[in-house]
Amino acid sequence: MEIFLQTLVAGFLKGGLYALIGIGMTLIMGVMGIINLAHGQMMMVAMYITYVLFEFFHIDPYLALFVSMPALFLLGVIVQKYTLNPLMKVESLLPENQVLMTVGVAMVLTEVCRFIFSSNYRSVKTSYSDATWLVNIAGAEISISVALTIAFLIACVLTAAMFWFLLKTDLGRSIRAVAQDEEAAALMGVNPERMRTLTMGIGAALVGAAGTLLLPMYYLFPDIGGPFTRRAFIITILGGLGSTVGAIFGGVTLGLAEAFGATYIGMDFEEMVGLIIFLLVLLFLPGGFKRLTKV
Amino acid sequence: MGTILELQSVCKNFGGLMAVNNVSFKVEEGEIFGLIGPNGSGKTTIFNLINHFFPVSSGRIIFRGRDITNMKTHQICWLGIGRTFQVVKPLKRLTVLDNVIASAFLRHPDMEGARAKAEEVIEFCGLSKYANHLARSLPIGWRKRLEIARAIATEPKLLLLDETAAGLTPGELDQAIELIKKIRDSGVTIIIVEHIMKVIMSISDRIHAISYGQTIAEGTPEEVARNPKVIEAYLGEELNA
Amino acid sequence: MLAERRIPLILLGILLVLPLVVTEPYYLHLLILVLMWVTIGTGWNILAGYTGQVSFGAAAFFGVGAYSAGLLAAKLGISAWWGFLVGAVACAIIAVPFGMITFPLRGAYFALGSLALGEIFRHIAIIWEDFTEGMVGIMVMQTFISKIPYYYIALALAVASIVSLELVMRSKLGYYFVSIREDQDAAASLGINTTKYKMISLVFHALMTGLAGALYMNYMGFIDPEVVFNLHDVSIMAILVAIVGGVGTIYGPLVGAFVMVAVQEVFRTAGFGLLDYINQQVGGSLTTFIKYVKDAHVLAFGILVVVVIMALPNGLVGDWDRIMGRLRKKRRA
Repeated sequence: MEIFLQTLVAGFLKGGLYALIGIGMTLIMGVMGIINLAHGQMMMVAMYITYVLFEFFHIDPYLALFVSMPALFLLGVIVQKYTLNPLMKVESLLPENQVLMTVGVAMVLTEVCRFIFSSNYRSVKTSYSDATWLVNIAGAEISISVALTIAFLIACVLTAAMFWFLLKTDLGRSIRAVAQDEEAAALMGVNPERMRTLTMGIGAALVGAAGTLLLPMYYLFPDIGGPFTRRAFIITILGGLGSTVGAIFGGVTLGLAEAFGATYIGMDFEEMVGLIIFLLVLLFLPGGFKRLTKV
Repeated sequence: MGTILELQSVCKNFGGLMAVNNVSFKVEEGEIFGLIGPNGSGKTTIFNLINHFFPVSSGRIIFRGRDITNMKTHQICWLGIGRTFQVVKPLKRLTVLDNVIASAFLRHPDMEGARAKAEEVIEFCGLSKYANHLARSLPIGWRKRLEIARAIATEPKLLLLDETAAGLTPGELDQAIELIKKIRDSGVTIIIVEHIMKVIMSISDRIHAISYGQTIAEGTPEEVARNPKVIEAYLGEELNA
Repeated sequence: MLAERRIPLILLGILLVLPLVVTEPYYLHLLILVLMWVTIGTGWNILAGYTGQVSFGAAAFFGVGAYSAGLLAAKLGISAWWGFLVGAVACAIIAVPFGMITFPLRGAYFALGSLALGEIFRHIAIIWEDFTEGMVGIMVMQTFISKIPYYYIALALAVASIVSLELVMRSKLGYYFVSIREDQDAAASLGINTTKYKMISLVFHALMTGLAGALYMNYMGFIDPEVVFNLHDVSIMAILVAIVGGVGTIYGPLVGAFVMVAVQEVFRTAGFGLLDYINQQVGGSLTTFIKYVKDAHVLAFGILVVVVIMALPNGLVGDWDRIMGRLRKKRRA
């Protein structure tokens, strides 16, 4: 019972962080219809930025958010503006060029980081990295990682901020308008290209936040991007394209699935479970959770 | 001469939106049957249902005595229903001839036969001088012709023409009308969806008018043109436009 | 008609006699790699360039082909050469569920689904140790010490794949594939059973890729799941080979394979030793730079992808006329 609750809590908390990754991507996919295979690699960049700030300037990762998020925003904007937006005007045989372009970007990002930092595993050990607190739930003693909890709370704050932004601000509404009907939005004076660039920036900033928050719990190396890109997709598809609430559900679901898979089936299966869920959802639930709950 | 196609109480529901609501009609062999209605009334949706692009929500579709309601699109073509699309999408990087050959393979699986059929169809549609041009270099009027040629190459008994006349110059319109009549004369029944009144009124033997997914009138062109409900559906649109 | 094929035929002639002139094993090795990628690239091209299904899961079939050969030898004591036959059959059979799972997905979702499926294959190979030896991998004694026999086999595979592509594209199959690529729905309306023909295209893709995998096993002597079911080194590389050369063209993968292997080797050897030579002349000051260059081939690939997609979306072969036009303009100016 204890193990079950332990796994449940850990999975749930991690899922909250995963949601950040998913929200960024679901916006990008929903607003632009772009499949960003560089999402995890952008996260990697944020993690390296956070690492550098910690190693050389002794800045706590949670404070590093103030640097990594804007930096990633800028990265997203640059990528969108200079590599993806121009593609809209290029005529070619296969419409999937966009996806392939992000593959190229992912490779460049990974290799540049490998250049600078080498393939060695890096880690960030703060004073609270290994700290846990003991909580008593239903008579069982559960140990919860402090770092994970704080990260989860910050993620909640960021998610709430995203919601407020999308629902209450003009800019946010413009983005949603472009996601729903680009032509109509354009006719109402919204510049779709600008919105796309902005959305990519926001998506990158969010995944950058996730990276910064997750760094204390992971070993960092250049190839860490791939698995996170994969997770981003699973979450997005699970939650339904363009649905931020869906991304939260998707993130938590994946977090839980991975935690339970790892605990009860074995570490090897962690990735496979995710991949199989991904395929199943792609095939049977084209709208993701969104379809089920009509959110 | 019997009924070649029959729609029986066909409905299509898109998650709450009734795009087609209890539509029934019969098309007689050898006639040109027109389907009119204001924008968004469900005309193309009906084609998509006949063609099984998506399944009907309820109702039946009978073609030459066979229930085709749940058959797959390519089987329906094989049985003898051909169709054109509003937004024409030829095989851009291939020549006109190759485009039609691709369709001709349905009834002539060998290269020789397909080519011969394709050349015959191109001649019939007046596309001969463009036979070796790339499809993408064709102006819109000729692309629409190519679209028709591709459909005819599958040797249909029933041809669904979707907005073939949109975007044509008056001269091209007359040529399109000629071609359509020629196709009918060669033994193909035609259902035509059209916006341009001149075209549909002048060539249809009978017309079925729908508005908001429901039948509002059926009869000869003259009868339908005089029908107050039809006038309202169209004029109403014009007043708001 | 043969006149049109002047260049490829001349190239074929050169390739046929090349081992008599070039005896350095290193260069033969490179050529074998190139020829292998021609086969894989052509296999991908049939499915993606011609039928429009952009798969990110080619590694699944490469791995199945390689493991067919490897397991025959390691577990049953049968010569790994039979892997060509067994691998081909295995790939064709596996193509069916692969297609049934992924074909309902369209466009970019098909890309993602095939990617996931390819990765699932990799994980199965790692986890199912009893069957595949997991990460320990499979080792097979190479039949020949000289590279020459492998070279000719690779050449035969490459030629066979290109020739089959040509034959297919001129037949009803080819027309149907392109129809599906341009507009799947319109194709169905013209009587084409899109599921059936997509599957046929996939089987061609699976066969070519699988045979290349069997060759790889026989030639390299060692495989493990990370090597042959690898997303970046196999699936994505196949895509790059086709894109750089030209999707939807017959000779695109041929050009692409040469370019990609050349780029890889130029970087890995820092200009085939040229930079090392220069380094010696300048007293070793370039040493760290050269080290960076030697590790940079993946970065080079990434930049190549970005540049090619933006400037040459139809690849070197597809945009050949445009490139020639531009160069001519520059010369005149």
